Amino acid sequence: MSKLINLTIDGKKILAEENKNLMLVARENGIFIPSLCYYEHIEPPLGSCRVCTCNINGKNGPACTEKVSVGMEVQVNKEDLRDIRKALVEMMFAEGNHICPACEKSGHCDLQHMGYELGISSIRFPHLFKDRVIDYNPSRIVMEHNRCIKCLRCVVDVHSKDGKRVFNYLNRGNETYVGVDYVEEAKLTDDEIMNAMKICPTGAIIVRGVSMSEPFGDRKYDQESVQDLRHTEKKETSGHPKILEKKIIATVSLAGCFGCHMSLLDIDTDLLDVIELVSFDKSPLTDIKTFSHRCHIGLIEGGCCNSENIETLKLFREHCDILVAMGECAVWGGLPAMRNSIPLSECLEEAYLNCVTNEPSNNIIPYHEDLPKILDKVYGCNEIVKIDYFIPGCPPDANHIWKVVKNLLWGEEFSVLYSEFKYD
Amino acid sequence: MAEIKTKDFNEPDRTQMLDRLWEIQLKYGQITDTDILKLSEMYNLSGIEVEGVASFYHFFHRKPTGKFTIYLNNSIVSQHKGYTRILETFERETGAVLGSVDRSGMFGLFSTPCIGLSDQEPSALINFYPFTNLNAMKVKDIINKLKNNANPKSICDSPPDNIRYTPTENKSVFFRNFIPGTALAKASEMKPNGVLDALRVSELAGRGGAYYPTWKKWIAAKGQPSSPKFVVCNADEGEPGTFKDRVLMNSQPASLIEGMIICGFTIGAGLGIIYLRGEYRWLKAKLEDTITEYHNLGLLGKNCGQIRGFHFDIRIQMGAGSYVCGEETALLESLEGKRGEPRTKWYFPVEKGYLQQPTVVNNVETFCAVSNIIDLGTEHYLKLGIPGSPGTKLISVSGDCKLPGIYEIEWGMTVAELLELCEADDPYYMQVSGPSGECISIKEKFRRISMLDLLARKDIRCGGSFMIFNSQRDLVKVLMNFAEFFKQESCGICTPCRAGNFIIHRKLERLDSGMAIDEDLIELKTWGNIMRAASRCGLGKTATNSLTIAMEKFHPYFSDKLDKEFNGQSMKFDMEAATREYEIYKK
Repeated sequence: MSKLINLTIDGKKILAEENKNLMLVARENGIFIPSLCYYEHIEPPLGSCRVCTCNINGKNGPACTEKVSVGMEVQVNKEDLRDIRKALVEMMFAEGNHICPACEKSGHCDLQHMGYELGISSIRFPHLFKDRVIDYNPSRIVMEHNRCIKCLRCVVDVHSKDGKRVFNYLNRGNETYVGVDYVEEAKLTDDEIMNAMKICPTGAIIVRGVSMSEPFGDRKYDQESVQDLRHTEKKETSGHPKILEKKIIATVSLAGCFGCHMSLLDIDTDLLDVIELVSFDKSPLTDIKTFSHRCHIGLIEGGCCNSENIETLKLFREHCDILVAMGECAVWGGLPAMRNSIPLSECLEEAYLNCVTNEPSNNIIPYHEDLPKILDKVYGCNEIVKIDYFIPGCPPDANHIWKVVKNLLWGEEFSVLYSEFKYD
Repeated sequence: MAEIKTKDFNEPDRTQMLDRLWEIQLKYGQITDTDILKLSEMYNLSGIEVEGVASFYHFFHRKPTGKFTIYLNNSIVSQHKGYTRILETFERETGAVLGSVDRSGMFGLFSTPCIGLSDQEPSALINFYPFTNLNAMKVKDIINKLKNNANPKSICDSPPDNIRYTPTENKSVFFRNFIPGTALAKASEMKPNGVLDALRVSELAGRGGAYYPTWKKWIAAKGQPSSPKFVVCNADEGEPGTFKDRVLMNSQPASLIEGMIICGFTIGAGLGIIYLRGEYRWLKAKLEDTITEYHNLGLLGKNCGQIRGFHFDIRIQMGAGSYVCGEETALLESLEGKRGEPRTKWYFPVEKGYLQQPTVVNNVETFCAVSNIIDLGTEHYLKLGIPGSPGTKLISVSGDCKLPGIYEIEWGMTVAELLELCEADDPYYMQVSGPSGECISIKEKFRRISMLDLLARKDIRCGGSFMIFNSQRDLVKVLMNFAEFFKQESCGICTPCRAGNFIIHRKLERLDSGMAIDEDLIELKTWGNIMRAASRCGLGKTATNSLTIAMEKFHPYFSDKLDKEFNGQSMKFDMEAATREYEIYKK
């Protein structure tokens, strides 16, 4: 056993083996440092995702490529460092096409997990919507490039019995992706191929014909945080505490499926309390079509896929004090945004001309001056107007929605439970 | 060239991967699946690994590139000197569209970042031979000749060195009559420790732009117990606007070779490698001739320079189009025949560099400086420059001035003096040390250029590139050109650089379209800071430098670009642009 040395992490004195990986030392001491590419048995560490960036002896750097040494001083939970790490995870969401509700790995996904742990409700960066073609050529796996975060784990760790690489980076810059060697891939044993899927931190490597045993909601990252959350501060109150008067809410579903509205009703008997406290103006719940009052809150479901959505959204902005984007579609586009990496013409043809459920001889693409015009892509609401709050989820948990609404209206403190915070 | 494998050491076969790929690319104009398969069998690798290497470098193509492959420089200086017109002419004359080959398969037309000829833009490489100062007539003429099967080698230009200024009274350090062997003889007398002392006294620091004290690097490598050791010359001069190394290699190759030999002698290395960027393939013959000459003079090979027991050889490794390979650890990876991805800082190159052996990596200008300092003596050298920053520095001046070219300035010269020397025309802002460097306003023209100031608050540390832009140039367009460059040249291994540069570019497009609001500027700045804090190597760390600095120094300019009608609620949205695709499709 190597020599024991002293170091401090966030002011806490720690005794650890010299030259041990800082990530491991922090983990053993109950200090949570987010990470995605780090995988214990890969030596030397990869240092590709940068999500574990800390301040080490006064310099910023990833914890995973650092060996602990005498007197080392590490800062993890400083405000700016937390923000950097959060931003890096957000970058991965912005760069890939991560659609949690449609992903097999949801609940088992490390990227999603980091999003939950860091409380990412919306992405500060514009989604890049790069077209990434899924590779169905390998015989045993499907390579879902939309979900790959280029962590290098599979590249470095998966070898065929001849010691050759099965995965490797191709291209460069923002065109970089992980290619599969079909010949070597076919040589892998069943265990090896399952291991490849297991070490992938997202759902990029999917083994054909394998079903996930646990249902959504009961998976590894669905229920509990790995962090000790006793010390995390409650969300700040930023509402408008006033005398308890009846508040007015408007809601709308733009390019959404009404699923968020359904979820809204899922609070069951609490609904009776809510009716006492709020009244609804323009909303599909009341079927009121135009605004009759100025509203305290506007709840927006869905993003903007046509010109009418844009106009409605701007109308909401004019008539509501606070706008809340409710659900993945409103936050960044969500499922409808799957079309953003595909040319519009292809989408229209697929939907209106070549679709198998089309009636024969009735195939036209709608276009009329009275009809809204389809936009070039689906926009998240905050690209069009200022959005004050974001509630992620597809749909968001009912409790999550009402906690936000109540807090905003009456300035009550609240905290969203880990299990209520979801992308799927 | 004499084949001397020093200390019975053989470099593994895989290190020749780039050479093999080059041979195939040059001979057949592309690298096919069959070639990939052959190479993977040759090196016992999986096909995907070989493909990974080939696809990393932008001079290697998986599709045909024509009998004549044209690379037009798309750097900002070239853009300002008429890139668009030249491109149009090329497209018209060859029938090829940018990024493809014409129907007959004769011409392939591509663009590439700075090819080190910023003093004679617009310029292009055709089959890797330089063609400079292009205009429509000249392009027409070139294409006509090529259509009549002229050899690009025989009709290409030989780019002049354009050495515009050296310190007066024969005080030049770099451009003098350098006699092979003299510096090595002096070094041999001084012994390794004497050389190190001389470098320490002369305060020579890494001229690639990082300014790490050369003697410290060398002494660290010297102290390493493991053997063999290597000397690597970084001639991957990729920073847009820099061409000083091109001029040094063209006019003073002997001082470079001798600098490397002196380094080998000092640290106890047996092999030196010059990593020459693909864009400078036309300089390779010159360097090879010099190496041969050194062999003939007994200054390379066994017991070279008549130093008993000192065996040293030099070989050249061609790069293949990748800016990030100028980062020393990426360069080492590339030398090993791999993708040019920077390593983590788990080890320093002086501990475990090329092939995990102690390695000194220095820039061309540094090695040239070494041999000249040893030859001239430190006393002479210390008389130049200013206290704390002695000697001279090569600056590549380009952009809006009458006399673009190389300026060997004494450290301490002010920006104003330099601008006057090159007869700058209405200078407004200057980009120092390339896109990853610093941008300065004409208001700061009395700042000195020196290596004194670590943080470059007072003095300016210049890595070599000095681009001048007049007041008519659109700053956002300049910055977008830089952002595009970094987006393409990021190696792709770490998130903040790979995704960050892409995101920054998107944001600049928004700014350029007049739809950005104040908040966007703040975001640009904080996002730049995130990239700086979290990126793996210098590329990502410095990619947003100029942007951040420009936003501070030219704040009114940026404010003017913002959406002035923004009421804090609804953003500008261009409905016409957003529905255009649909309208066009229906019509």
